[in-house]
Amino acid sequence: METLFSVLVGILFAGSIYLLLSRKLVRILLGIAILGNAVNLLIFTAGRLTRDVPPIIPLQSYLPVEATANPLPQALVLTAIVISFSFLAFFLVLGYRAYQELGTDDLLDMRVAEPKEHSEPPLGY
Amino acid sequence: MAATKTTVDITAAMVTEAVPLADWLLVAPVLLTMAGGAISIIFRKKSATQPWIAITTIALVILSNIGLLNHVLTNGVVTMVMGSWLPPFGIAFTADPLGALLALTASVATMCVAVFAMNSIAENERRYGFYPFLLMLLCGVTGSFLTGDIFNLYVWFEVLLISSFGMQILGNEKVQIDGAVKYAVLNLIATTLFLAATGLLYGLVGTLNMADIAGKLKAFDSSGPMLGLATLYFLAFAMKAAAFPVNFWLPASYHTPRLVVAAIFAGLLTKVGVYALLRVMLLLMPEGRDWLASLIGIVAIATMLTGSLGALAQTDIRRLMAYLVIAGIGAMMAGIAVGNEVAVSGAIFYSMHSVLIMTALYLLVAFMFQMSGTFSLREIGGLYIRTPLGAGIGLILLLAVAGLPPFSGFWAKLLLVAGALEAGRGWVAAGILVSGLFTTIAVGRLWIFAFWRGGNEHTVDGIQALPIAGSSDASEISWSIWLPLVVLTALIFIIGILPETMMSITENGAKTLIDPTAYIGSVFGGIR
Repeated sequence: METLFSVLVGILFAGSIYLLLSRKLVRILLGIAILGNAVNLLIFTAGRLTRDVPPIIPLQSYLPVEATANPLPQALVLTAIVISFSFLAFFLVLGYRAYQELGTDDLLDMRVAEPKEHSEPPLGY
Repeated sequence: MAATKTTVDITAAMVTEAVPLADWLLVAPVLLTMAGGAISIIFRKKSATQPWIAITTIALVILSNIGLLNHVLTNGVVTMVMGSWLPPFGIAFTADPLGALLALTASVATMCVAVFAMNSIAENERRYGFYPFLLMLLCGVTGSFLTGDIFNLYVWFEVLLISSFGMQILGNEKVQIDGAVKYAVLNLIATTLFLAATGLLYGLVGTLNMADIAGKLKAFDSSGPMLGLATLYFLAFAMKAAAFPVNFWLPASYHTPRLVVAAIFAGLLTKVGVYALLRVMLLLMPEGRDWLASLIGIVAIATMLTGSLGALAQTDIRRLMAYLVIAGIGAMMAGIAVGNEVAVSGAIFYSMHSVLIMTALYLLVAFMFQMSGTFSLREIGGLYIRTPLGAGIGLILLLAVAGLPPFSGFWAKLLLVAGALEAGRGWVAAGILVSGLFTTIAVGRLWIFAFWRGGNEHTVDGIQALPIAGSSDASEISWSIWLPLVVLTALIFIIGILPETMMSITENGAKTLIDPTAYIGSVFGGIR
């Protein structure tokens, strides 16, 4: 099970890195979305996958009766999902505003913040 | 419910006695900034009240951080756990001298920025949330410095990152959005890599508590996975800290936000990356650091040289400062590359110095812009005649960033060079010195052009200052601009004249990092 998931995580990482290397902002944002999910799945897999045994302790006992699924990675993934979702929302707005202001979604044309002329700095008085 | 609970022995898993009052200092900075941020959002329409809420909050944070540093220095490493769950189950906040010193320095720098911003952040930008963002940024930064849990460190990274995005685009200008796209995307990728490394580390050792990880990794017999993780952490934090091959987001974005925002970014954000590197490389994975030492050394030297040579090649003062930030990062990484007590002590000293000096330099650029109305090295000039005090402050700050005595940067570089020579890594020492020479040329040129030269390019010396349109007179400069500049300059000067106290703190911090017994002992309280 873990092996299968590791391969899946690898494919997601490869896809997201391919998209991140693109020149178009929208593709980069898609790459970020996939990257966030790839990492979530990675944490989930790293916490070991156990099927069908929720970590619930029955009444009148203080320890789980048998080995249960690890709840901690789920808590970590939940935190990471919330964070990556809110960042994605911010990025979508930022990308849209960038398209509105700069009139392009091509990163090679986004050079407003770069110095205009390539002249050398003053060398003397 | 209460009756059933008495049958369980909770002392094995929980802290039962009350937390000593002094230990609350550990969470006070985070609680105060969060509360202050929330209150200043409530007062978002009262733009005249907001600065005072922020300044009061940060003043309390400074006091609490002074108390915390004092507590740590007298009683050793301090730990407090959330929800009274004993480590490694509860999230631990652990302050060692490194964390406490950087938290204090960060709050002092934020205070200077908060005061400076009273005059330079427009009213509508205050309504868009400058002060809440500033407080939440400080919250994220101090949280990162004080937490003892690696996933919690990731959460603080995200807190400071989202606040910094909000500050970056304050003003909503074309250049800011252009800079924000590059800054935001690359920083988020770095943080996501950090999260991926943390997930894998959890899969490896099954714990997230830093002290527990340090203990368990030491007992690990196969070092292969750990070395891979160390490399991944190194890449993620090097990106955050703006080390050489992955630092192009910094000069592309740091000149676009408001200058006070750039000041707090340059002061705090990259230093959080360096702090995380120190923590992970020295405390958690010393074996990984030994294995990566040569790579870190090469990266450090490349960062220092590209930073200082880049600074020489700039015409825009703001971009020149961005390259000086990078050069400083290289020096701190050199300390990590060498890794003995003296060099790590130097790296900690340099981080503290860099927080103060980079904040001060960006504030100086804002001051110079107000006096001259330009950022171009070709246009600027005549500032010495207009403001001799400003020229004096400028000279001190610029010499301090180059690491010349008698200012604070000198002692940091002295420790770094001494440590590198002691460890037999002369090439690292040579890199630090050569980069120091280039930085001195770059900042010397800046001072000569901006202050000494009578006017813009081709002006002969000694001519009366030429009037420049749209600039203000020195007498019109408000106290809220002078005060932070003077305070930061005084701090840099005093630390430079009397470095013994600071050196003993950084040495203490380096000892705690290199020998984690005290750190682990504090977290587990003698349980193991």
